[in-house]
Amino acid sequence: MNPVNYLYLAALLFTIGASGVLIRRNAIVLFMCVELMLNASNLALVTFSRLHGNLDGQIIAFFTMVVAAAEVVVGLAIIVSIFRTRHSASVDDSNLMKL
Amino acid sequence: MNSLIPLLVAAPLAGAALLLLGGRALDRFGHWLGTFAAALSFVFGLVLFFSMLGRSAAQRPVQEHLFSWVPVNGFQADVSFQLDQLSVTFVLLITGVGTLIHLYSVGYMAHDERRRRFFGYLNLFLAAMLLLVLADNYLLLYVGWEGVGLASYLLIGFWQHKPSAATAAKKAFLVNRVGDVGLSIAIMLMFTDFGNVTFNGVFGAADQASKSQLTAIGLMLLLAACGKSAQVPLQSWLGDAMEGPTPVSALIHAATMVTAGVYLITRSGAIFNLAPQAQTAVVCVGAVTLLFGAIVGCAKDDIKKALAGSTMSQIGYMILAAGLGPIGYVFAIMHLVTHGFFKAGLFLGAGSVMHGMDDEVNMRHYGGLRKLMPITFVTFGLGYLAIIGFPGLSGFFSKDKIIEAAFAKGGTEGWILGAVTLIGAAVTAFYMTRVMILTFFGEKRWQPDAEGHQPHPHESPATMTTPMIVLAFGSVFAGGLLAFNSSFLKWLEPITGHSEGNSPLSSTVVTLLTMACMLAGVGLAYAVYGRSPVPVTPPVGSVLTRAARRDLLQDDFNHAVLVRPGSALAAALVYFDSKGLDGFVNGLAATIGGISSRLRRVQNGYVRSYALSMFGGTLVLVATTLLMRSV
Amino acid sequence: MSYLLTATCAVPAAGAVLTAALPAGSTEARRRTTKLTALTVSAVTLALAALAAARFKPGGARYQLTESYSWIRSFGISFSLGVDGIGAVLVLLTAVLVPIVMLASWHDADPAPAPDGTSDSATFEGRRRTQGFFALILAVEAMVIVSFLATDVFLFYVFFEAMLIPMYFLIGGFGDRAGGPEAARQRSYAAVKFLLYNLLGGLVMLAAVIGLYVIAQQQGQATFDLQSLTSAIADGKLVIDPTAERALFLGFFFAFAVKAPLWPLHTWLPNAMGESTAGTAVLITAVVDKVGTFAMLRFCLGLFPDASKFFAPAILVLSVIGIIYGALLAVGQKDIKRLIAYASISHFGFIIMGIFAMTSQGQSGATLYMVNHGISTAAWLLVAGFLISRRGSRLIADYGGVQKVAPVLAGTFLIGGLATLSLPGLAPFVSEFLVLVGTFSRYPVIGVIATFGIVLAALYALVLYQRTMTGPVRDGVRGMADLKVRELAVVTPLVALTIFLGVYPKPLTDLVNPAVNDTLSQVHRTDPAPAHPVAGPAGGEQK
Repeated sequence: MNPVNYLYLAALLFTIGASGVLIRRNAIVLFMCVELMLNASNLALVTFSRLHGNLDGQIIAFFTMVVAAAEVVVGLAIIVSIFRTRHSASVDDSNLMKL
Repeated sequence: MNSLIPLLVAAPLAGAALLLLGGRALDRFGHWLGTFAAALSFVFGLVLFFSMLGRSAAQRPVQEHLFSWVPVNGFQADVSFQLDQLSVTFVLLITGVGTLIHLYSVGYMAHDERRRRFFGYLNLFLAAMLLLVLADNYLLLYVGWEGVGLASYLLIGFWQHKPSAATAAKKAFLVNRVGDVGLSIAIMLMFTDFGNVTFNGVFGAADQASKSQLTAIGLMLLLAACGKSAQVPLQSWLGDAMEGPTPVSALIHAATMVTAGVYLITRSGAIFNLAPQAQTAVVCVGAVTLLFGAIVGCAKDDIKKALAGSTMSQIGYMILAAGLGPIGYVFAIMHLVTHGFFKAGLFLGAGSVMHGMDDEVNMRHYGGLRKLMPITFVTFGLGYLAIIGFPGLSGFFSKDKIIEAAFAKGGTEGWILGAVTLIGAAVTAFYMTRVMILTFFGEKRWQPDAEGHQPHPHESPATMTTPMIVLAFGSVFAGGLLAFNSSFLKWLEPITGHSEGNSPLSSTVVTLLTMACMLAGVGLAYAVYGRSPVPVTPPVGSVLTRAARRDLLQDDFNHAVLVRPGSALAAALVYFDSKGLDGFVNGLAATIGGISSRLRRVQNGYVRSYALSMFGGTLVLVATTLLMRSV
Repeated sequence: MSYLLTATCAVPAAGAVLTAALPAGSTEARRRTTKLTALTVSAVTLALAALAAARFKPGGARYQLTESYSWIRSFGISFSLGVDGIGAVLVLLTAVLVPIVMLASWHDADPAPAPDGTSDSATFEGRRRTQGFFALILAVEAMVIVSFLATDVFLFYVFFEAMLIPMYFLIGGFGDRAGGPEAARQRSYAAVKFLLYNLLGGLVMLAAVIGLYVIAQQQGQATFDLQSLTSAIADGKLVIDPTAERALFLGFFFAFAVKAPLWPLHTWLPNAMGESTAGTAVLITAVVDKVGTFAMLRFCLGLFPDASKFFAPAILVLSVIGIIYGALLAVGQKDIKRLIAYASISHFGFIIMGIFAMTSQGQSGATLYMVNHGISTAAWLLVAGFLISRRGSRLIADYGGVQKVAPVLAGTFLIGGLATLSLPGLAPFVSEFLVLVGTFSRYPVIGVIATFGIVLAALYALVLYQRTMTGPVRDGVRGMADLKVRELAVVTPLVALTIFLGVYPKPLTDLVNPAVNDTLSQVHRTDPAPAHPVAGPAGGEQK
């Protein structure tokens, strides 16, 4: 199969994720969209790795997964605690830092 | 023996330090401690004087170097004293009259709760004045010069709770400061011209300097002398300075401090002798002031202010004599010494009268006091005869010599100066006779005070009358003693130099003219005040009288020309500082703040919009990269 | 290599940390421990500074007791300290003033009931106020001392800037709290203004510091070491193009002129001094501002001799404007502390004038002036602070007749005022006269104009005394207490020093003179010779 198709898929996933981040307000959904973008880039990295015949891309993909997992832990914890105090998961409601 | 010289200054300085820092513990005997310090200094002065008498004229001046004061590359000033015939004359006058006035103050200030501090200030004054006349360089002289100014400030304002006293003290200090600018600049000029500020150094090199440099130094010294000696145009403070206690007026504002200007000019004779234009300026100042003070003295009803006008006028005589150069130096100092005696005596007499009259100063409320205060009357009367130049008394010898010297200046100048001094002598006789008649003769014009108490004039205690009697002796005999066999002339000549000049009139003619003027003055005063009752409220008077009562409009002039524009300028600058300089900076800050508050709108707090801008940025970057490649 | 200089800076720095770390206290005993600790540290610092000054040999090398530790090797930056005569007297001044300021501010940082009645000792900030205040003072002391001792341009720059931080908190955080919200607003305005002005100056200087390094690096002199740079400039190994030199000079000078402050960059000073406590105001005017004038003497003249000579006339004009302008504004003030601040601006004009007149009298005078102004203004300002703390008002119009009820307070206030107007016999006279004579011998017109400043000085000092101390006793003044023992302990050493240095300034001039000679030779200037020098030694025979 032509590896370029994988890249098209990665681009598609990334676009879906990005538009989700830009459009949706729910923090959980935002979070999933960010994950989608990360995974899209992972797919692209693995594809390129296969294309060029070296392992660098795959290694970076592993790094990304680890970072994403760590980020999910911290991020979800923050979202949950915000939801508990404010009874809302909408990102627009959290604007305490705004002047 | 020379090691006594620093002790001259140290004794009153230690007294001042003790009295001012000692606290309440010294209240009981502090005044005697202060008097003792002054007397001790006088004794040291006498010892030094007699030891000097024992040496030949060339050996008389001695120097005593104490320590290096301001040692900087190229600029040296030391704490170092010089005792010569001129300074020892001053030392004896200052400590002698000073001790007497300390004694007088023991009685005069007996009821003042802050008497200890008063004696502390008096001692401080003595120390500063002695430093002034003993310094061997101009910078150290400057210390004494401002030191006496400080003591004068503290003593004029001694009754600080009176706003008028506090204002008068501040005014005296400020006017003196203007004079100090002159002294500062003179010292700077000396340094740039000669690289040296010692008397010996400057005078030794003076003949190499150009005439314009010397004239500049001379004029600046004259400015300094005008401030300290209350000469026109810096004379306005002296009348107000009478707010101080009367012993202060006697010691500082009559006998010693105000004569410091005469000392400065005489001491700097080596400079003035080479700068004729500066001398002319000195003579003009002296002549103008001698008339100015005399006219003011005629119009004042306040006994102390009348005497203050007289002081101004007499110092005008001295300054004039000093400006005549070697013809006059000796006579300036001689008049200074005799004036020290009789004017101090007159002030103490005035103080005694005030003491008896519940601090009344208006002469129109006196009258007929001669019977009730006999000692005061006699001593004051002798002082009066001395100041108008009654033959045989002190003032006769010294003033007559100055008038002769004025004629001896020669040419038109000599005639003008001679005439001025003669007119001055007549006016002096007039206003002093007026003071005498208003105070001691005529009917009683006593007024009850605010609470309705009639004054009960009485003679003052012995601590007060003793100094008056001693000073009266001085008023009578000092002049004759100094003039006898020209002893004072011979004494001072090695320091100041002397030349006879060539008078167009013989000394007998001058003496006769002076007598005539004096008699005219006395006669006129008698005609005006002696023959008819004196009104208690002053008559309106002529334009001149009214102006003279207001110190010939000096204060009005100062107020209009200096004070009002000055405070307007200060107010304008305060406005400029807050609205101009600060306004500029604040405006800049406001502009930046305004711009940033506009820019802040972009930061709306929505994560999505930030993400969108990031996407936009990325798109632009990618697009640019692609475009750059394709080009 | 001795560690004396490092110790002199390290002791107050460590003391600051220690004081800040002491247990927070709402009790009087805990606060007392804090204060005594800080005071002890400052006393040890004073002892070390005195030891350093005693070890310094006036005739020897320019910089002595030198120490150098490599810091950022790749840029040739090192932690180098060294003391010269000018630095020695200023370190001494700092070390003397800090314990006095602490003693004067003994109760300034105590928790006090807020206007609404609640005690602020309940809050964290309230409980740590005392620790914070004294730790900040020690931090300022440490940084100022490093600035006076640094012989590395970069090291100097770092501490020159860093001292803004503790000063900012001292100005903004500690004033009299009686004033309420409006006073707090004014205070934070003053603190921000102080910070912004000085930061701006510092940034311009940073650019110049980097510029200097780049130029030096291009010519193979990649170092920030002051002595290497100045000797390279003197030997011609480091040649800076005149335009660049002037630009660099202006960069340095701007920072120092803001700090000093020179007209027209002065407007932060009256706000900062007016709103802060008297002790902090003393730190500002007597210690921190001196770093500015000191740095002009050491860095501007040493590194950029030709540019200094080029700009000297312009700077002299600015400083003489500052003298007259500051004095006139002082006359027009209604607020005691602002009056003193404007008087200080006038005095800084004198100091800068003395430096740029480039004569040995002028520069020796300017250095003495820094010390004498520090001591005498501290006395004046601290007594004013005692007065203000009794009445709770800074307005001159609220006072009158104080000398009747508190004669010792009035007397010391008068001595402070007399010192400010440079009365002969008191320390400031010597320095002011030297500055004037040094300026006059090269620029007579400027010297004469500046001399008229002494009349204005008498005006503002005596008017302030007259309005506050004399006259009938006013209502709010009645029953005012005279100076207490602690306050006397603050004032007495200052007054004693003012008198002693006025009568016998030789110990200071001996230290300062060689350093001034060296500075003058760096700028290739010699004193103008007198027109008709007196032959032979001074004080010869009677004519």
